[in-house]
Formats: sequence, structure tokens, C-alpha cells
Amino acid sequence: MNIALAGNPNTGKTSLFNVLTGLHQKVGNYPGITVDKKQGSFHLENGQKVNVIDLPGTYSLNPTSIDESVATKYLLENNPELVIVVAEAENLKRNLLLFTQIKDLGLPTLLVINMEDQMQKKGISINVEAFQQQLDTKIILTSTRKKAGIAELKEAIQNCENLSRKTIYSEDVSSYKQWLLDTYQTGFQEVEDEEKQSETKKEQHQETVKRYQFISSVLKGNYQIDKSKATDFDSKLDKILTHKVLGYLIFFGLLLLMFQAIFTWAGPFMDFIDEGFASLSEYVAGLLPEGKLNDLISEGIIPGIGGIVIFVPQIAILFLFIAILEETGYMSRVVFLMDKIMQKFGLSGKSVVPLISGNACAIPAIMATRNIEDWKERLITILVTPFTVCSARLPVYTILISLIIPEKAIFGFINSQALALFGMYLLGIVLAIGSAVILNKIIKFKSKSYFVIEMPSYKMPLFRNVFYIVVEKTKDFVFNAGKIILAVSIVLWFLASHGGKTFENAEEIVSSKYENTEISEDELNTEIASFQIENSYIGMMGKTIEPVIKPLGYDWKIGIAIITSFAAREVFVGTLATIYSVEDTEDEGTIRSRMENATFADSGEKVFTFATGISLLLFYAIALQCAATVAIVKRETNSWKWTLIQLVGMAVMAYLFAFVGYIIFK
Amino acid sequence: MFLHQLKKGEKAHIKNFDIHAIPLKLVELGCLPENEVELLQIAPLGCPYYFIINDTRVVIRKETAKQIEIEKII
Repeated sequence: MNIALAGNPNTGKTSLFNVLTGLHQKVGNYPGITVDKKQGSFHLENGQKVNVIDLPGTYSLNPTSIDESVATKYLLENNPELVIVVAEAENLKRNLLLFTQIKDLGLPTLLVINMEDQMQKKGISINVEAFQQQLDTKIILTSTRKKAGIAELKEAIQNCENLSRKTIYSEDVSSYKQWLLDTYQTGFQEVEDEEKQSETKKEQHQETVKRYQFISSVLKGNYQIDKSKATDFDSKLDKILTHKVLGYLIFFGLLLLMFQAIFTWAGPFMDFIDEGFASLSEYVAGLLPEGKLNDLISEGIIPGIGGIVIFVPQIAILFLFIAILEETGYMSRVVFLMDKIMQKFGLSGKSVVPLISGNACAIPAIMATRNIEDWKERLITILVTPFTVCSARLPVYTILISLIIPEKAIFGFINSQALALFGMYLLGIVLAIGSAVILNKIIKFKSKSYFVIEMPSYKMPLFRNVFYIVVEKTKDFVFNAGKIILAVSIVLWFLASHGGKTFENAEEIVSSKYENTEISEDELNTEIASFQIENSYIGMMGKTIEPVIKPLGYDWKIGIAIITSFAAREVFVGTLATIYSVEDTEDEGTIRSRMENATFADSGEKVFTFATGISLLLFYAIALQCAATVAIVKRETNSWKWTLIQLVGMAVMAYLFAFVGYIIFK
Repeated sequence: MFLHQLKKGEKAHIKNFDIHAIPLKLVELGCLPENEVELLQIAPLGCPYYFIINDTRVVIRKETAKQIEIEKII
């Protein structure tokens, strides 16, 4: 049996989904678009399996965004055996708008009124019997918070065959369905025919007004809110949280707490993961027969995957914070506080969430721009979000900073390297905001700035809901990034272990070179390995681009790392590790010390000077080296033009900044 | 009088608006003629506006508020 959950945002629809399905849920995509498709299953008393789909929250079947359109499209195209409309007791009138529309599709429809436990406190009384009659449906009162009413709901699902399929407001099913099919795309897609669009909008408007009139007649006498009983906790809290001074102080305080948590709480977990993967590598290396496959697995794939998993604690903590802020209803208040300020930069109040999430990973951040109605503001947000310091930049920054900034205490308590890292975060924000200002001047769109947000009531976050969000987002990151790392490690391994004729004959060439000199076997092997990497395909690529990157202070080895990290920044460190470990026989040396001792082949000068370090930091702060981000930007903008503008624009900017940085500090 | 002219804490009834100038979503949230509206808060720098319309808490920008004609409740 297939059923669908529909309802307004913030009604506890997803909570109900979580209660019903528990861990039997998965998130996929609707065909062609990146809207999350949440599906799950559970069993009824009689043993029947029920598949449920949690449709995106929407206020009506006349969608104004792609996310909302999914609900309409699904209901029109698939015929679920039952639709459960989840409504909130407090805002019943508004919730019933969607109910009457879904009912008119001729589908068996059940009405769940959630947050029953809040009704008494808020002075709400509902005449359920009368409602059932007038709305021609079965009504179940639930509280997902207290898991009340769930058994009744399951029973009603089991008996759903008895539900009426009659329309409630429209004349007949087929004409209403046809009208929806003809009109539902006008609200979120560019329409050529402006006259028709305006006509449709008028029809949708009139339909809404008439439905509200109908709903008012149903509610009359059967639904009361005793305002004197309502404590209005929300208004009191709003006075503090949206206060013109206090509001901002609280917001920045929370941000500070969040970053503090990301860096300190995650530390021990990250160390644990780091050590775990190191010993796994070692174990596997000893287990498999020596050879190239062993190298690929123990030196390429395992450290590569480890390089991703190490970010899990940070990403999980970030999403824990974001999920709690969203679940409590606080995030909407931040949007209110920040909107005008962000507008000055060509962004929206709703850009705040993507810009914060970007500090973990740009992929979910860019997906979070979807609820920005104004296309220009949304586009600018998408284009500048990758400047924020995502987790993948951290290992690159960490190693470069440790090479060029000596560790010492400033004013006795500030760690100089931590300060430098903080500086990189500031640089990320400055670059994002600065680029937004410039893009805002350049991009000329006729934009209709429709900005409407509902401020949800404040709620205690449900652990269940927060947990599912954190798990889902983290899983998403690991699998998305994991795939790329795996592919890159294999390609890198192939390119580094194959080459032309010189590569094949490396042993002979090097041996003959040292024929008459005293040299130990170990030293000879090092020379051979070094010669091999230089003449492998990857070495050739590095050498080819060396003239281009020489002005930035890089040698061909850094060139290789830049090429390989094109798909994912974090590969930079791994690549240098591979290249230097091949050259160095003393295994106890860390990557850092190997990098520190690296010299240019021609001049013998140190490679990683202060100037080169700064230049590399700037390069990695700007360049869009993340294949997953490029893919998501293409999907979200649906335009190769903007995807390429972003990719090329950031590459050119990175080169120029790195060049200037190198010149200044040389 | 228009919605953006309301002061903090004041209430009004919605009178009229051009449907092409305001988003459908706002209508769906309950911004309909005769419904009551109260201004709760204006963000620093004078925008956006935070209202209660028809028991729903809604935030809109000034340019949208300018489009909605109201009658103040005294």
C-alpha cells in the first residue's frame, strides 16, 4: 500500500513521518531535480506493509518553488491509495486550504490534526464530529511529541477504503485536475506568455479567496481560540531574539559557540579517526602481497577515504547546530534580522543559512539556497558560497600554516597558528561578501523581489528529528566526496605508476648514471623512485604546467598536487604525501618535514618559503577545486553558463591573488 | 493608508491590494481583505516587517507592504 504525507511547513509532518517509519527510511531524489525524496515504510496491525512518502511542505497546490511543485506533481501523476494531510491545531484555517485542494483531487484523504497536546494550553477547542461531517473525512488528533494518537492513525490507515473520494469544493475531479495541470508551473518557472501568467495568477488568487470563504463557513462555531488562555510565549521570546541590539548579540554569540564547538569538540574524534585509518593502512599493507595493488589500497584508497571520514565530526557538529536552530524556529528569526543587511550586498536574509553551512561543505549549502525566492539573490548566493572555508580546505590550510607560521603565543595566550587559521575564515567571508557586491553590480536581472517567510512558533527540538537530519547530511557528504576521492586515487595511482619509455627503463638509466660512484642500494632505490615519478605521466603533467605556475612560486610537484586536487581540495595533502614518500626512504619523516626540506631542482632553494605558502593559501582560498560543487551548481542553476563563469572566474581570481601574494612576500 | 505606515504594536484591517504586486504565498498565508493584521517588529535599517496576519506570523519586505492598503483599528 502506498500513501503520501502532505501538509504546510512546520506542522510536524516530518516528525510524524519519523514516528511512523523510524529507521526504515531513505532519502533519494525526484527524477531530474535535487529535491529530497523521503520514503519509508511500516507495518499495520494486520501485517500489511505501508510505503509512505513525505512530500515537501507546501501551503497550497499552486506551487511557488520547485520544492513545492514536487508535491503537486506527485499527487497529480501518482495515485497514492491514501493522502494524509497533516495540519496544526493552532493554524487550522490556513492548513485546511491545502486539505480542501487535495480532497478535490478525488483521492481518499485523511486529516491529522497535530500538536493536540498544545491545544489546551493555547485555548483551542475543536468540534471534531462536526468537522468530520463537513469536511467529509476522518480526523485523527495526534501529538508526535508525545507519540499520542499514532495507534488510532494506523487503524484509520487500515480502514482507509471506507474514506470518501468526493470533492469538497470543486465541481468535479477531472476539471480541477486539468486546471492544476495547466497552471501549476506558472508560479516557479519562467513563462514566455506574460499575459497568460497574469491571468493564471488571477485565477489562483480567486480560487484561494473562495476556498478561504468556504473554510471560514466550516470553521464557524466548530473551532475556537480563547485568546485569554494563550500565554503568547512566542511574542515574549521574539521581543528578545529579534531585538535590534540583543538579537544580533545573541546571533553572533551562537555563531561563536558553533565554531568553538566545531574546532574543539571535534578534535579528539578527528585524532581517533586519523589514527584508526593510519593503523588500518598499515595492517592492510602487511596483509596483502607487496606490489602496486598493495600501494594503491594502502597508500591511495585507505588514506583517501580517511581524509574524508576525518571531517565527519566537524560536519556532524555543524549540522547538529543548524538542525537545532531550524527545529526550534530560531533560524527564521535570523533571516528577519539579517535580511536588510544582506540585501545591501545583493544577498537575501535567507543567504545566511547557506553561508554558515558553507563553512562545513558547499554542497548542502548550495542546496539550502532553494528557498530564496528571488532568482538574482539566489544566484549570487550560489556563486559566492564556495568562498566560505569548507572542511576540505582545512587540511590544506593546516599543513601550509604549520609550514610558514612558527608556533608561538601572541599576548601570551593566542596561538599564532590558530590566529592564522581564523584569518583564513575571515578572508573567506570577506571574499564571499566582496564578490557578492561586485556580482550585484554586474548582474542585471529584472527581479521581482518576493520575500515571504512564515515565522514558525518556537518549539523544543525533537531529538529524533535532529538525529535524522545529522545522519542524513553526514552520510550524503561522505558518499558524495568518497566517490570522488576513490576515483581520483585510482587515476592518480595509475598516472604515477605508468609512463613512457624513460619511465620503463628508469632502473637502467639511473643505475648506469651511478655506475662508477659509491652508492648504497637504498640510496640508489631512492634515486630510481624519484626519477620514476618525474618521468611518470603525472610527472610529465606537472612539468608541462610548471612554466604557468612558476610565477606563483610553485614547482612541478605542487603542480601535480594542484592538478589532482582539482576534483577535491583535500587531495592536495595526500598527493604531496604520495610524491614525497616515493622520493624519501626515511619513513619516519612526516609529510610536513618532507615538505619543509623540499628544494627546487634547478636552484636548490627551498620550495615552501613564506611567499610560496601565502601564495598557496590564497590559491586554495579562492579556486573552486571541487567537482561535487561544480556538479551541484550546474544542477541548481540549470545553466552551464553560470557554472562556467563561477569555475573560470574563481580560477582566474585565484591565480591573480596568488601571484600578487607571492610577489609581495618574495 | 498602507501596511508599511503602520507603527509597532498597531493593528489594522486589510482593505485591498493589487494581486499582481503581491506574492500568492502571502494570500495563502491569510493576507485577505477584512483580515486583521498587527505589526510586531521592524528590523533595524527599516526592513523587513514582521506581522501577525490571520494568526500567522509572517515577515515581508517593505516594497510588498507598500502594496497593501489597510484601515487602522483605533
